[in-house]
Amino acid sequence: MFLWVIQRDLLLAMRQRADVLTTLFFFIIVVSLFPLGVGPEINMLRAMAPGVMWVAALLASMLSLERMFSSDYLDGTLEQMLLSPQPLSLVVLGKVLAHWLVTGVPLVLIAPVLGIQFNLPMDALLVLTASLLLGTPVLSLIGAIGAALTLGLRGGGVLVSLLVLPLYIPVLIFGAGAVEASSVGLGASTHLSLLGAFLLASLVFAPWATAAALRISME
Amino acid sequence: MLKVSDLECVRGERSLFKDINFSLEAGELMQVNGPNGSGKTSLLRILCGLAIPAHGEICWCGNTIRSLDEEYHNVITYLGHLNGAKDNLTAIENLRISSALAGNEIEESKAHEALRHMGLGGCEVLPVKVLSQGQRRRVTLARLLVCSTVLWILDEPLVALDGAAVKLVQSLLEQHLEQGGMVVMTTHQDINITAVVTKRLQLA
Repeated sequence: MFLWVIQRDLLLAMRQRADVLTTLFFFIIVVSLFPLGVGPEINMLRAMAPGVMWVAALLASMLSLERMFSSDYLDGTLEQMLLSPQPLSLVVLGKVLAHWLVTGVPLVLIAPVLGIQFNLPMDALLVLTASLLLGTPVLSLIGAIGAALTLGLRGGGVLVSLLVLPLYIPVLIFGAGAVEASSVGLGASTHLSLLGAFLLASLVFAPWATAAALRISME
Repeated sequence: MLKVSDLECVRGERSLFKDINFSLEAGELMQVNGPNGSGKTSLLRILCGLAIPAHGEICWCGNTIRSLDEEYHNVITYLGHLNGAKDNLTAIENLRISSALAGNEIEESKAHEALRHMGLGGCEVLPVKVLSQGQRRRVTLARLLVCSTVLWILDEPLVALDGAAVKLVQSLLEQHLEQGGMVVMTTHQDINITAVVTKRLQLA
């Protein structure tokens, strides 16, 4: 059942590729605008790279959140998911995982390439990729709660940002911090462990909270 | 089997209905009638547990449906007025996925057969968005052919269907009732389903 949900969402993403590409191109463009905007000062670019990449990743994931449940809500398939004999949090976990595969993984894969624009050294690129790999699933998990709470509301998109962005702050701090720490020689393992802890905590808590939020929104 | 006592539904400040009592045994059909806005859909959503009533209780085999929760979902099939089919998936994918979500995984051949029985032969691999309204409804109703649940809760199942499809649904329901199933449905169309017991519930 869990696999069916993932398979279904991936299949849908394949059929409407524009949605997937929007997130990816948004990320690429935002990140690429900074070197053009602030000029070719190598040290400055290198210093701001982790922050820029992470903020762009947050905004890109934000962009795709609204779609996570709204189309299922509108065509009635969400109703059917709520009536599934499987626990709703499992269905939610499947949907979140599919969302991450479609929006998070491409960002992780393209990030090292974009990092070259900022003249990041090799080990910083590796840390950046690792931090995004651990951090982007947290974004999808926490974002799902916001998306579920604002389901069917007018202006839900703005509300999601207000609800979810503050919750993204710890991920942003430790994600960008990991790269900075490694570049000044402190080692990134502390930051990455904390990101891993966020991931585990949200993996347990978020599907359950999202399921509760969906039940309220659907009533 | 299904027992509803003292049900009340409040929307905003307005009470849609109250003091609804009925019970449904194996092989019985329940038709819910009432004008637009009288709370038929709300009643059906409460019956399947999607909405919580302001007052009253629904019991399945002696246990409240809230305590049964997912166990209760195993015995019901709810078809709402939304089709619950994804536009970008084909008819056969929709049928297989919605069945799997309902805890009933089916083979592709079985899904083909069900769609053909619903008169959708040749449309199985078309995305649902190119189908007509009536054909989409048939895709949704095909789930009834492959599911093995006891209680069917159907909200306006006949909307957009042509005469032949209405007859098809009628025989499907009769067969289900004959085998000891239960049906709760709303409809504005005239349909004569032979059942051992047909109950009618009139909402104001």
